[in-house]
Amino acid sequence: MNSAAYDPTAPAEDLPAHTLKILVAGGFGVGKTTLVGAVSEIRPLRTEEVLTDASVGVDDLGGVERKTTTTVAMDFGRLTFSGGVRLYLFGTPGQERFWFMWDQIAYGAVGAIVLVDTRRLPTSFASIDFFENRGIPFVVAANVFDGARRYTTEDIADALDLDPDVPVVLCDVRHYDSAKNVLIRLVEHALQSATA
Amino acid sequence: METPRERWVGADAGPIVRPYAVTRGRTRPRGLDVDLVTLLVATGRTPGERVWLSREQRRLLELCRRPSTPADLASDTDLPLRVVQILLADLHQYGLVEEVHQAEPAGRSTGRPDPKILMRVLDELRRL
Repeated sequence: MNSAAYDPTAPAEDLPAHTLKILVAGGFGVGKTTLVGAVSEIRPLRTEEVLTDASVGVDDLGGVERKTTTTVAMDFGRLTFSGGVRLYLFGTPGQERFWFMWDQIAYGAVGAIVLVDTRRLPTSFASIDFFENRGIPFVVAANVFDGARRYTTEDIADALDLDPDVPVVLCDVRHYDSAKNVLIRLVEHALQSATA
Repeated sequence: METPRERWVGADAGPIVRPYAVTRGRTRPRGLDVDLVTLLVATGRTPGERVWLSREQRRLLELCRRPSTPADLASDTDLPLRVVQILLADLHQYGLVEEVHQAEPAGRSTGRPDPKILMRVLDELRRL
């Protein structure tokens, strides 16, 4: 192997120096991929996770029968800012059996966007509980689908029984400005939580 | 008759080796468990004489000449994220990669980002 040293010819400004991440949670078909794709370059990312019947962790697959792995595809987006600051977005599968992934992504994250469909609000209770229980800052973004009845942010906050400080945003994640606004609301909220 | 659409060629056909074969069966890293967005960079040290690197590890080491995160590396190499984390932990143990220390480190107890960096991100987002 040739010396795999730090490349001194790369301009310092372009080198990533600081990374942050945001989790995008929500049920199937709610628009996670669209949201990530609207604001950032979306890239393929998958992982292979070990599934076991027991909740005991598995460290080694050698000689162990009936332990299988499953492919989990994640939405993965990246925004590059000046000074080497990079913001990563991770959209994860909503099914509860993949929640062990959320813990990994949520650790040290700026916060989370819980994307909801107002026609199916009860499906987001569990993810809201997840972030509330862990003290992770989050915003609820209601993706306004064509043909869905319009609700006010107050209606949604009531229906989800949110703490008064949790921001609720109406959005159309197909549009760049709308999707960007959701990110801004989350970072503002995270900043308020951090300095409170 | 087989149409071209139905044929799985190259990467579409999926990996030829089972995913955890490249980690020799390990599904957890030994030592450092790097976060998805931890920046790692090659130290420039040469591997010790008794260290054998797999093709995948050499590839990751090469990519780490520029600071890179496990998420980027997994996406670039098309290896599963968990597998990349395990291989990077090996490279770290061999002294071949190290963490890039961030200018505004996260709170030690909470792991949450520093408000200063959040402020910068907010400015950048508003300017987009």
